[in-house]
Amino acid sequence: MPISVNGSAVEPPQDPRVSLLDFLRERLQLHGTKKGCDQGACGACTVLADGERILSCLALAVQYDGHAVTTVEGLAMTGAGEAGVLHPLQQAFIDHDGFQCGYCTPGQICSAVGMAAEARRGVPSHVTADLSAEEIALSRDELRERMSGNLCRCGAHNGIVAAITEVYAAEAVR
Amino acid sequence: MKPFTYARPADAEDALRRGAAAGARYLGGGTNLVDLMRETIERPGALIDVTGLPGAIEETADGGLLLGAAARNTAVAEHRAVRARYPVLARAIVAGASPQIRNMATVAGNLLQRTRCVYFYDHAGSRCNKRVPGHGCDAIDGFNRESAILGTSPACVATHPSDMCVALAALDAVVHTRSAGGGRTVPLTGLHRLPGDHPEIETVLQPGELVTAVELPPLPLAARSTYRKVRDRASYAFALVSVAAALQVDGGAVRDVRLALGGVATKPWRAWRAEEALRGRPASAESFRAAADAELADARPLPGNGFKIELARRTITAVLGELAGGGA
Repeated sequence: MPISVNGSAVEPPQDPRVSLLDFLRERLQLHGTKKGCDQGACGACTVLADGERILSCLALAVQYDGHAVTTVEGLAMTGAGEAGVLHPLQQAFIDHDGFQCGYCTPGQICSAVGMAAEARRGVPSHVTADLSAEEIALSRDELRERMSGNLCRCGAHNGIVAAITEVYAAEAVR
Repeated sequence: MKPFTYARPADAEDALRRGAAAGARYLGGGTNLVDLMRETIERPGALIDVTGLPGAIEETADGGLLLGAAARNTAVAEHRAVRARYPVLARAIVAGASPQIRNMATVAGNLLQRTRCVYFYDHAGSRCNKRVPGHGCDAIDGFNRESAILGTSPACVATHPSDMCVALAALDAVVHTRSAGGGRTVPLTGLHRLPGDHPEIETVLQPGELVTAVELPPLPLAARSTYRKVRDRASYAFALVSVAAALQVDGGAVRDVRLALGGVATKPWRAWRAEEALRGRPASAESFRAAADAELADARPLPGNGFKIELARRTITAVLGELAGGGA
């Protein structure tokens, strides 16, 4: 059973030591996903597996055989014309200066996509007061806690929060 | 990383058969084991990926819950019955790691994760009895701000890093396992060993024994329970001190209580003495402080971590006060 990467079926590596991160970058030439710490501390390698955000550096590629992986490249929809159409969150990061060097950005964007789905289905966070909530309104505190697995050394957090808020919390906050 | 073989067993029998081989290790989400393999601290010859084995969360006949070993940490924290009946467990899980890691990590993997003591990881430059039995412990005379104050030995002062296990210890959780010889159950509080002379042996599980589920017995007082974690930054850090507690107050007196500590001990620490000191006592700040003192009487601080005694005392008192509804 192959791994589905951004909708394309690819055979998993023969060597089980290959991390999902290295598989994406070195074998599939998908360089959007970044290697930061390579030990699960920074979030730069965040991708979506079956729609859930995970750290590709701590994942062995063979573990995702039969699963669907989406990277930042896969979030950009291939539009009708020649140019791909950006995901609304990618556009929002541009509009709100949600980055400086850009290295953490693909991880931030994939993480935020997964985060929004978690909030919609009521997954609690460390700052959620009411554990019985059916859906979590993405207040600034909720959003910051839920994105705390993605570090940004440039300190672009205000722009990151603004971008995510625009796309996923427009009606919930303010 | 040392070469290894990888297999996905079809069922528990298949997993047990493969797990009996020398050098075989069961693989959950990989969030700890893969990292340790990359550091060559763990060097298994075979990985048996058990994430495809049962991970459902089901009601038990007596009104408790059975968490399949392969259930992801997020799945447990978001489960409606966990949130309503065992809030301390949901709160402990979301206090740990990051959302990405919680989406990968499994229940059984969380139980069996290894310490984050810096000397355990520093394989090139220091001694660690967990890594090399009999080698010595550089934490005792080194950087020990994060080390344990309870359950330590001259051979090891490493803390157990889990938040989830602290809640499970408070909830009287029971671990279900299987071996070639059949199944057994182990109370969560009896799963992890104190380090003693052999800190490299961390649990009572035998080689090849497979965790299949964690059972939460019915515990009505857990509906009023919580978890508080004190750490160096607001999120995504291991505990300096954490407290899992459930409290039932009747007519101003403590009718029943469950209390467990994290970040301060070599295993998930059920505070039996504090509980004993509290039952039947007035639900007051004085009682809570006295109970904390009883639990911490045997604490053995190192030069760098003496602050944990007072921090634990204050955190226990505050959490019990919160559950009692006062401002203690």
